[in-house]
Amino acid sequence: MTQNILVVLPHPDDEAFGLSGTLAKYVSEGAKVTYACLTLGEMGRNMGVPPFANRVTLPTIRKAELEASCRAIGIQDLRMLGFHDKTIEFEDQDKLDGVIHSLLEEIKPSLVVTFYPGYSVHPDHDATGAAVVRTIQRLPKDRRPTVYGIAFSNNCEEELGKPDVLVDVKSFLEQKMQSIQAHKSQFQAAELLGPKKLQQQEIVRRFGTERFWTYSFED
Amino acid sequence: MEIIHVDDVQQMIDKLKNQDVYVHLEMTTGAYAAHYDSSKHPAANFITNAVIRYAHGSISGNGPYRVGLKMEKGWIYAEGLTHYEQNDKERLIMAGHDTQGKLVVALQLSREPF
Repeated sequence: MTQNILVVLPHPDDEAFGLSGTLAKYVSEGAKVTYACLTLGEMGRNMGVPPFANRVTLPTIRKAELEASCRAIGIQDLRMLGFHDKTIEFEDQDKLDGVIHSLLEEIKPSLVVTFYPGYSVHPDHDATGAAVVRTIQRLPKDRRPTVYGIAFSNNCEEELGKPDVLVDVKSFLEQKMQSIQAHKSQFQAAELLGPKKLQQQEIVRRFGTERFWTYSFED
Repeated sequence: MEIIHVDDVQQMIDKLKNQDVYVHLEMTTGAYAAHYDSSKHPAANFITNAVIRYAHGSISGNGPYRVGLKMEKGWIYAEGLTHYEQNDKERLIMAGHDTQGKLVVALQLSREPF
């Protein structure tokens, strides 16, 4: 049976560094990936260098970047949910949980990937992860998909332990670098490709493994 | 965006005075400030599509620039503005970017909501 994967993240580009290699790998193995991206990153601070975006044009530009990133990874189904950047923690929880619940019912994923609540630095990340685990927690135990959490707060390993899922994405670095570079307004491509072009072994060292923590639900 | 031309900005400020306009005013250190440097205090605010009306406004400084708009019962103020959208003739879109190109402050005025 085809594996359905649901990815729930708040910002275009959240998929690029921590997850794109894993998704490209799963897609190559036949998985069908739905990526629910809650906002268009309207409040992002990066406008390109020199700035080619502004506060008004940024959402349109980031939408196109997100679509390009998804093409690079091979994601088949992109849903842009229309929430506003920086506001996820203040949203009506019933509305937010309802949207996530509908996606779970429709897609019936065996794996959900989101941010690990409390360990993901940006308030939108933590609020997104919290909504996903809150919604899945309500499902009967035997219907809960596996949840992989992405964590990167400075204390995450201290408190969560080492990540229990390590995905070797060395064979998918081309897709991963394309995904990162698709977000032109957000990542300074010069850092990756410019005069200080990273050596291949440095790319492999920095980007070759992706890490996740499996979320443990209460009974 | 382009580096601010004071005369252009002043013209647009004058064009939008004495009428109801929508304002976007924002300042941010970025959500990751304390993640990268624990001595930093992350702070941000924004207000979008508040309706305001000013009778007088001007841009000041040698760059980065300051803008002050005098309303009937108060002021709108922004400091650190570096860039504006030269081609937008209906709205005033201004922002201040730091040396890495990241937005620190924004002030926008428009007759239509953002």
